[in-house]
Order: sequence, then C-alpha cells, then structure tokens
Amino acid sequence: MLKTPLDALHRRLGARMVEFAGYEMPLQYTGIMAEHQACREGAALFDVSHMGQAHIADARAFEALVPGDIAGLRPGRQRYTLLLNEAGGIIDDLMVANFGAHLQLVLNAGRKHVDLAHIRAHGVAITPHFERALVALQGPKAAAMLPEGAALRFMDAAALRVAGIACVVTRSGYTGEDGFEIGCAAEDAQALTGLLLARGATPAGLGARDSLRLEAGLCLYGNDIDEGRNPVEANLTWAIAKRRRADWGFLGAAPVRAALEAGPAEVLVGIKVTGRAPARAGAEIRNAQGEHVGAVTSGCFAPSLSAPVALGYVRADCAAAGTALDLIVRDKPIPGVVAPLPFVPHRYAR
Amino acid sequence: MTQTFYSKDHEWVRIGEDGLATVGITDHAQEALGDIVFVELPEPGRNVVAHEACAVVESVKAASDVYAPLTGTVSETNPAIVDEPALINTAAETTAWFFRMRLEDPTAVNALMSKAAYDEFLGSL
Repeated sequence: MLKTPLDALHRRLGARMVEFAGYEMPLQYTGIMAEHQACREGAALFDVSHMGQAHIADARAFEALVPGDIAGLRPGRQRYTLLLNEAGGIIDDLMVANFGAHLQLVLNAGRKHVDLAHIRAHGVAITPHFERALVALQGPKAAAMLPEGAALRFMDAAALRVAGIACVVTRSGYTGEDGFEIGCAAEDAQALTGLLLARGATPAGLGARDSLRLEAGLCLYGNDIDEGRNPVEANLTWAIAKRRRADWGFLGAAPVRAALEAGPAEVLVGIKVTGRAPARAGAEIRNAQGEHVGAVTSGCFAPSLSAPVALGYVRADCAAAGTALDLIVRDKPIPGVVAPLPFVPHRYAR
Repeated sequence: MTQTFYSKDHEWVRIGEDGLATVGITDHAQEALGDIVFVELPEPGRNVVAHEACAVVESVKAASDVYAPLTGTVSETNPAIVDEPALINTAAETTAWFFRMRLEDPTAVNALMSKAAYDEFLGSL
C-alpha cells in the first residue's frame, strides 16, 4: 500500500489508518465529530497528498478535454472543471489553476492514473508530480493561521514561501469553509505541517473530510459521479462555461448538449432525512406513491445539523426542492425531503 | 460484585439478581465504531438466538450490527441511548446498556469469556 509523505506524522498523532485509493490514509485522529467541528469553528488540517498534482503547459489543448473556460482562466486564478469522455460521462472532477507558465491540476487519488492516460491519449502533454505533498487548511481560522496567504481571495492561486518553504497555495478546498490547499515538495511536508499544527490547526482525517464535503453539497468522485453520469445529471451544469456552450467544442459536448436540451432522466439532489438514522450509499429512494425513483450515492449523519443528509439520483419529476421521498433503510421507509444544496452554507472568502 | 461476561462479537453480559441478562457493547467496540449517532434496538418481546443481529449502531461514517450474545427473549431496552447515542461512547460498559433479556438457558452465560479472557482475545486480534 502507498504512503503519503506525512505517514510518520499520522502515526505519531495516533491516527486510525484506513485504505483509500491504494493509500494508507488517516480516517480520524481523535474522532470525526471533533475534527468536523474544528473545521467549522476553527481550522482543520487534512493530508490530501494522495491527490495527484500535475502540470500542463498547453492550456488551449487541455481546454478541448473539459467544459470549463480554461483559455479565459487568468494567471493566479483557479477553477473547478471536469474531464469528460466521448459519451459526456465524467472521467474525473478536478481543480485547475493558472500559474502563468503552466496549469496546475489537482486530480482525485483514485483517478489520477486514468486521467493521465486519457489526457495523453488525446495528444496533450502532462507532467505528473504525484510525489509532491498537498495539505488542506480549512476553517474560519485558516486565514489567521496562514497570514502568508492573506492577499489571496477565494479561488486565487500563488507560489508563496511559508517559513522559507516553497509552496503552491490556492485559496480553496472541499469543506465549504474558507481555507487553503498548500502543495510542497515531499521532503518539506513534515516541516510545513508541523508549522501549521503549531499555529493551532487541528489534524483531521478522511472521515471528517467526507462529512464536511457532504454538508457542503460537494460531489465525491466514485460515489456521486462516475463515467456513467454526465454533468447535467450530476447537477454540475454550472461547470459548463458560457463560452463553451457557444461552440460546444469539447470532448463529450454533443451528448452533454443533448442532455441539457432534452433534460436529464435523473438528477443528483440533496435530501434531508428525518429522524437520526443515516441513509447510506445504495439505499433505495421511493416517491410518495411508493415507486422506485432512485438511489442514495452518499449519506451520513451531518454533525453540523445533528441530522442525517444524503445525496442521490432521483427521477427528474422528483427532483424539485420540497419533494417528499422515502429512503429505504434496513427494509423500512424513512421520510426525507429534497433540499437545496448546500446543506450548510458555504463561507468562502470571496 | 456481579461478574461481567464477554462475547467474541464484543458484547458484554451481566446477570442481575432478577435473573435477567443486561447486554451492551464493550468499550473496545465503541472505540472502534467512533462517534455513535444513532442506535436501533430490538422490540421488547422479541425472541433472539445467540449471534443473531438484533440491534444497529450508526457512527457518522458507517452502520454496524450488534448481535445477541445468548439465546432468549428481550424484556426491556435502554431509552437513554436512543435519546443520547453518544452515551455509548462515554459509558459503554455501564449506563449505556442496550437491552435486557430473559435467557433460555441461564447457564449458557458460562460459555462466554471472563474479563481476563476477553482482554487476551483482544490482544490476539
């Protein structure tokens, strides 16, 4: 199993380690609830070095593979986009930042090798830097703990020095909170992390990362999106840039355009679940008439709401906010209602 | 002091003066589960067979079954852990008991492990 450059630190901090995408990763240190709370109220530090950092020099060529406006991405700015296959299915969702001389991509751990092969197969040169470390400092106190990044606003990107360590910093993350993702060389990871912990950040694991992103209404690749889903079904239509809808000049554009014009058969929605029992991925969704209308793709007990929440695909006629649904948990229907996303408001530093 | 018995499924059992068995999950089990947010308990009157799944605990991340350590009839459940599931994390082997049951065979409890044997079992995992 693969280890991140911060493996020794996780063990020293007493993390409970689990396998994720081929890596040994910390699930939690003290507990998911406390780590989740630390991110919502203070600042939490996540090791996300399993995600793949990569560089692309030719932005124009890369743009042909994604529905985002990459040519229009100014230096020092970052954007969320999608790699699509010819059928419009989502190969991966990723962050792309313009560093002037190159684009920096941050790819999902379980998809980074698939992404490389796909991008290269379409004639675009990409240089992986998968050995590099990446940490996410997230929460309302993140900015106070990284004054070096104070000049950045939400989705800005810059090369900065933090206590002499060369870092690549973006003001972004995947928790719904303000914060930063900070990349550095593997050999600097322990020093950088030690510094941020000394400044008061709480180490947090994948467990809290999952409950935080779900409350923030953010998709998890492999759960909520995959190659069998297109951006229209996945409620990611906003990631198809206006300019790209004028020329439809990206891989997978025709089926995506058709889905947009015809309307999707199923849509990813947020569901608030009554009671306390979480409906997990795979739980069947029925409408008020008892018909099968979909399935849960992510579900957990939301610590910030003290209630269970879920994401799932439902038949388009059941996707309007306020629609009453039943989620089948251990053969029993649990009432839920389609809710606008995010479940917990985003608090980005715009 | 009433003796506590332990199962390999990480439940504990204590026999009261009334002959009823009180059942809960061990401290090791709650530690492994993490923050518990929901518990589903068997209906009083339900007949359960040893090793049968008869309760569910949900942490933030996952659901886990709780098994009947012995065969018998559930007589009472603990409303305190339904109202406050986190109690299981702080008092697993005391006030956060799950249910009481009338054993089909009161001597069957002797087949379970002592505290020392359970600790040794945990060490072997």
